Amino acid sequence: MLPLLWLIPTLPLAGFLLLALGGSHLGHRSIAVIGAGSVALSALVAILIGIDFIAAPPPGFVFRQEAWTWIAVAGFSPGIVFYLDALSLVMVLVVTVISFLIHLYSTEFMSRDEDYARFFAYMNLFVGSMCILVLADNLLFLYMGWEGVGLCSYLLIGFWYRDPANGRAARKAFIVTRVGDTAMAIGFFLLFTHLGTLDIQPLMQRATQQWPEGSELAVLAAALLLGGAAGKSAQLPLQTWLPDAMAGPTPVSALMHAATMVTAGVYLIARTHALFALAPAVQLAVAVVGALTLLLAGFSALAQNDIKRVLAYSTISQLGYMFLALGVGAWSAAIFHLVTHAFFKSLLFLSAGVVIMSLHEEHDIFRMGALRKKLPVTFWTFLIGSASLAALPLVTAGFYSKDLILWQAWSSTGGNPWLWAAGWGGAILTGLYIFRVVFLVFFGEARTVAPPETCRPGLCITLPLIVLAAFSVVGGWIETPSFLGNLTLFSDFIQHALPPTQVVHSGKNDEIILELLAVAASLGSIALAYLLFLRYPAFLHELTLVPALASLRNFWHFGWGFDHLYEFLFVRPYLWLAHADQRDVIDDIYRMAFSCTLRWLQKINRHDLIDNIYSGLTGLCLFLHRALSATQNGQVRRYAAAIAAGSIGIIFMGVFA
Amino acid sequence: MILAALIFIPMAGGLLAWMADRWYPGAAKWFALVTAGIEFVLAIWLWLQSASAMALPAHGGWLGETRAEWIPRFGVSFHLAVDGISLVLVVLTAFLAIVSVACSWTEIQKRVGFFYFNLLWTVAGSVGVFLALDLFLFFFFWELMLVPMYFLIGIWGHENRQYASIKFFIFAQGSGMFMLVAILALVFVHYRSTGVLTFDYFDLLNATLSPSAELWIMLGFFIAFAVKTPIVPFHTWLPDAHTEAPTAGSVILAGVLLKTGAYGLLRFIVPLFPEAAAHFAPVAMVLGATGILYGAFLAFAQTDFKRLVAYTSVSHLGFAVVGIFAWNPWSLGGAVMQMMAHGISTGALFVVAGILQERTHTRDMQRYEGLWSVVPRLAGMGLFFAIAALGLPGMGNFVGEFLVLMGLSTSSSVLASVATVVFVASVVYALALVQKTFHGENKHGWQLHDLSGREMVTLFSMVAITLWLGLYPQPVLNAAPNTANSPPAIAVAHHEVNVE
Repeated sequence: MLPLLWLIPTLPLAGFLLLALGGSHLGHRSIAVIGAGSVALSALVAILIGIDFIAAPPPGFVFRQEAWTWIAVAGFSPGIVFYLDALSLVMVLVVTVISFLIHLYSTEFMSRDEDYARFFAYMNLFVGSMCILVLADNLLFLYMGWEGVGLCSYLLIGFWYRDPANGRAARKAFIVTRVGDTAMAIGFFLLFTHLGTLDIQPLMQRATQQWPEGSELAVLAAALLLGGAAGKSAQLPLQTWLPDAMAGPTPVSALMHAATMVTAGVYLIARTHALFALAPAVQLAVAVVGALTLLLAGFSALAQNDIKRVLAYSTISQLGYMFLALGVGAWSAAIFHLVTHAFFKSLLFLSAGVVIMSLHEEHDIFRMGALRKKLPVTFWTFLIGSASLAALPLVTAGFYSKDLILWQAWSSTGGNPWLWAAGWGGAILTGLYIFRVVFLVFFGEARTVAPPETCRPGLCITLPLIVLAAFSVVGGWIETPSFLGNLTLFSDFIQHALPPTQVVHSGKNDEIILELLAVAASLGSIALAYLLFLRYPAFLHELTLVPALASLRNFWHFGWGFDHLYEFLFVRPYLWLAHADQRDVIDDIYRMAFSCTLRWLQKINRHDLIDNIYSGLTGLCLFLHRALSATQNGQVRRYAAAIAAGSIGIIFMGVFA
Repeated sequence: MILAALIFIPMAGGLLAWMADRWYPGAAKWFALVTAGIEFVLAIWLWLQSASAMALPAHGGWLGETRAEWIPRFGVSFHLAVDGISLVLVVLTAFLAIVSVACSWTEIQKRVGFFYFNLLWTVAGSVGVFLALDLFLFFFFWELMLVPMYFLIGIWGHENRQYASIKFFIFAQGSGMFMLVAILALVFVHYRSTGVLTFDYFDLLNATLSPSAELWIMLGFFIAFAVKTPIVPFHTWLPDAHTEAPTAGSVILAGVLLKTGAYGLLRFIVPLFPEAAAHFAPVAMVLGATGILYGAFLAFAQTDFKRLVAYTSVSHLGFAVVGIFAWNPWSLGGAVMQMMAHGISTGALFVVAGILQERTHTRDMQRYEGLWSVVPRLAGMGLFFAIAALGLPGMGNFVGEFLVLMGLSTSSSVLASVATVVFVASVVYALALVQKTFHGENKHGWQLHDLSGREMVTLFSMVAITLWLGLYPQPVLNAAPNTANSPPAIAVAHHEVNVE
């Protein structure tokens, strides 16, 4: 099966080509078949390859497949080469399987959209690019996927192009992530200049051989790659684009801005872990960025009213957990959380999509309520997703992955109590904000102006919800804490590609105590949410009347003022400069110089210099004419004198010449 | 002989088109199309012939030569030769000739015969520039492409055509004079030291110059090429000329004429004046990087569709300048790649602009808005080439830009990092273009017809080439000059620049 690896990205790309070229001639049904079918095939191939890979691992747990050499210039020869190891296998399985489920959901969800073909074309292009990203053997090929998903993100956020606000959100997403990508590109230049290749495996080997730990170049290179990762994964200080990205259709948010694309930064750091290991300062920065981001986004999620924006901030926060894990060297925990998060967050988004659709595009959670009875399936799937996100003990996938991160943030080589505390605080926030949504949307009284129509979502929508809900429950049982069976299937597998995590700071009963604290955070926050948002909403209402608290809430609501700051620092000055220099100051200088010269010439030459020469010439002629005619005056005396003078002159010349 | 044919075919075709228009109106464009087609087939044939030679790592460089006496008294000969770089540029020129005939098909309604005459003679002049290896002949072709282009802008241009065409002419002619003086100076210096009066490139390569003479003569050439490329701050003729020219004029200007400047830097400045170029390289690279950023910045500031695209050319050609003066295999490969990719993608954007203007009679983006729902195919094309312009991997421009910056980084990482900021600036302008033109609501109530078959074929071929350049650029990269075959002093240039 392994030689079919190239099909995984190629199938969706072929779907894209078909839809882009012939989409306008195809009916809804064929579009859905091509759009979802190509991804289904891709997922099928990925699953078969996965089974094959696990059943009969290739030598060294690595399979390479070269299509052709992309560029070959003087020793720089990145290829169109696919690289499959444990890490990329996990990634490609997550990407294709979740993509397929979301495509299936979209066939129904988007069915009334006039641009059905365009939607699936972009979605297929995205899946193809994402597969390239995770399967790329060298950084340049990875960059192709990386930029490709960025493009698709732009195209799909701005999918409903008629509203300029969507266009603005789309551009913001592309531009902000591109800031990170620029840093990343500079990092590539640096790596190539000093190590002479961009093929990931040789590159990592050379880095380890040539650069001592903590060397300046390693730190710089890792920091630049971190810039790219932070942009794509919406981490501080480049997180501002993700909440606005919710302008796109909900399946897009589920696929790109929750499950797959935003995890690319996590994947990149995991993929280049050897480089980060050489730069402990940067690795600490990864952890700190993650810790800060998860807290800041957690607070912001609490202050949102738009259901999708809550989920968006939640995604930023959960990505923060993954960064925290990467930063402390808990590689497999980071990837494990990436996988479970992909399940439950896409589930949450897809369920939210059903809610929004059934309420005629209502996004405000304060105008929902009591939907438990009207949308029973969605209620349960949303509840399961929320429980998993809030790490409800034992029965959810999120519990196993998040608590593993918390434990290793404390105990691993890079871990310390502060990082653990940030993660623990974030866990409380997580339970609070997501159960705030659950209680406001599905419980209490119906606050909607228009009652939701009773149309039940069809099978294409329900099936993905159920499958993802199942994954969100059972997905965690492949990796359990030491006192709960000590199952380590996932980390055993992923450690073929990533180094194991050493537990160093650990007392006798630390793991159990910390686990209990985490359980307390999870259960306590859910209980608190119940009290605040369902039982005693009046208390919360009174709190918001305190001006200081209200403005704090406002501050969180607007994402800690980052947007305003960037607007003030970058956007306005650039716009102002562009406006001021629209006519190009250099051209102004030329024009001014030209017109000044012209005016000066005109001034000194008002009567035309050359014409003066001509009139001077006529004047001279006239003068000579007068002078000569004056000699012809008829006086013999003067003639005689002239003859005499002439003769003397000639004699004079004859003597002395 | 095929080299001479490449020049004379468009000349003859131009004359025929002009005359045909008198006998039978409507025939001129067919003559022009056939001529451009023959030219293209010939160029491709030549490329295929020599592709295998170019793929060899140590090929000698020159793939074909033609030499004939012209003015023996002054050492002037009709000397043409082709190497990889001239070859790909000739192929590009021939392809864009077809494109520019196709996009003028319905746009040009007055004095059609004379239009195609000028178009084809500009093409002939450009091909001559790429092939001439006698400096007198080179200058002759340099002027030959200028005059017809002046007419193209001045007669068939848009509302402000007088100003634009005169500005174009003054800049080109003024800078050309510097080059003429520099050529003569070079020839006389060579004559004084060897007693041989010659304008031949290969002879002059061995001229021994004092350092100051070398610098001054180089600067004379540099001014001419800097204006044509264009290098900031000599770029200001370009937005006016590009904007006011008819579509075909813009395509040829952007796709071909700008390349003659970059080609001049590559063919003449560095090989003829290696020491001076080495000393001058840091200045030129800073100017190039400035152009990359400043062009992208100004592109964003524009409201005129064509003007925006024109400024992107300043930005893109900045890469070529930087790549040439960084002078290492990666940056040179990138520079050549960038020239090709820019020719296609920017040419295509001008075609899109022309189609829009032909239908709406305006270039003002504030008056477009929401055209996606009106002309989805055209909008898709506009989107595609805007994305190509911002340098998305998988499309030609990316390969060029990445290689240039990577090559630059090996000699000056600081400058490379600064120039890389354009990755952000280019996204800003490209998305502004898409947003203002195609996205949003169709507020102005446009009702336009979408792409015709002719336009589809034109743009689709350009899409295909852009993707080919982006995914399998090797044939073009093989054509880039091989630094191993360059004069040794150029290696000095590289070391001088190495500020690390």
